[in-house]
Amino acid sequence: MTGIVDYGVGNLFSLRSSLKFIGEEADLIADPDKLRLYDRIILPGVGAFGDAAKKLRDTGLGEETVRLAKSGKPVMGICLGMQLLLDKSLEFGEHRGLGLISGEVRPISETIPKGLKIPHIGWNGLDFKPHEIFKDIKQGDCVYFVHSFHATSCPDVIATTDYGAPLVAAVAKDSVVGCQFHPEKSGEVGLKILRAFCRLG
Amino acid sequence: MLRKRIIPCLDVRDGKVTKGINFLGNKDIADPVELAEFYSSCGADELVFYDITASAEGRGIFTDILKKAASSVFIPLTVGGGIRTLEDFDRVLKCGADKVSVNSGAVADKTLIRKAAERYGSQCVVISADVKRSGGKFVVTARGGRDETGLEAKEWIRYCVSEGAGEVVLNSMDTDGVKGGFDIEMLKYVCEGLPVPVIASGGAGKTEDFIELFHELPWVDAGLAASVFHYKEIEINKLKEALSDSGVPMRI
Repeated sequence: MTGIVDYGVGNLFSLRSSLKFIGEEADLIADPDKLRLYDRIILPGVGAFGDAAKKLRDTGLGEETVRLAKSGKPVMGICLGMQLLLDKSLEFGEHRGLGLISGEVRPISETIPKGLKIPHIGWNGLDFKPHEIFKDIKQGDCVYFVHSFHATSCPDVIATTDYGAPLVAAVAKDSVVGCQFHPEKSGEVGLKILRAFCRLG
Repeated sequence: MLRKRIIPCLDVRDGKVTKGINFLGNKDIADPVELAEFYSSCGADELVFYDITASAEGRGIFTDILKKAASSVFIPLTVGGGIRTLEDFDRVLKCGADKVSVNSGAVADKTLIRKAAERYGSQCVVISADVKRSGGKFVVTARGGRDETGLEAKEWIRYCVSEGAGEVVLNSMDTDGVKGGFDIEMLKYVCEGLPVPVIASGGAGKTEDFIELFHELPWVDAGLAASVFHYKEIEINKLKEALSDSGVPMRI
């Protein structure tokens, strides 16, 4: 059973549907005391970092996610949810993240060549290191991205994608993984990644 | 490298895809969910659902279909048709849409795009413009080409992007349905240099039309079509292979 952290941001319909589709039961969890009842946790997120980080703090869901991650429970952050795993973000001011993964979130405009469109929207290939979540996919397989910020100064990168320059596509440390892309919107490849994550824990 | 996208568009009326006949050999597929599943399995990079019902009852059927599609198809879904208020955005986003496309609604309420982008983010807001040549200019039409709005297309689209639209669909009413190729001239004049993704629509009749589009206008991000896919005049997997062979980066 997977608990999807529901802290009032983003649309969780597709994520929940994709888990159901691969045969994984998933509940939306707004009560931090219930999170520990699940085998694994997904931290989703769309929108602004500062607002999301505040909501995670105010609800207690952030603190509980950190506690469970440190106890070894598998946690996957998706898109903004991945960025929230890091130490901090420089999106519209400086905001503190959950600090489960070292690094900071900065605008992709600082990294990519001028003239490329921002956000980085669409299908792009993965260049990944061996990791359990990538067990069933091939190098170069495409996944769907929508983002204007990305992880930097991060020692725990397990995948990058090329948008004029390498951008961090996934991070992992101990039982925590994060995907900048949307596995729930990445067709068969994305479902394979979710399936592999659901075998953890 | 970011891939170019191929996007089939499903016009849905009273729960059925219009033009969704003669599909898959002798079997007629007019069920939008089945068709969406089929396209996804053929390599479609994204799907557009266009609601062309007018009644409140039709709206309900449409959102049910959207929910079903979003429960079995896991590629990005864009929804358009009849989007006039933030409540309309809310209704379709809750049913699994990833992006919402506005057309006449943005012409009627010039603040709609800004309000939607502030609430849901620019990545969620698509401006779709039906454009035709008139009096030596490219002008924006509303209500499916029936009304001229008096808006000049290039200015209008730049205004929409400055208001927060995160993607542009340019549909040429002059080439739409003609199947003689995309409207390269209009796309180039109206959309070149935009800082957001551009989706070309109107005029695709054969594989070569897509090849021409992406080679002539390398900054175009996606090609959209409807009936050529519905009638299987072009098969998406073969189209993507042909594009890839011609040097266009595709997700194969």
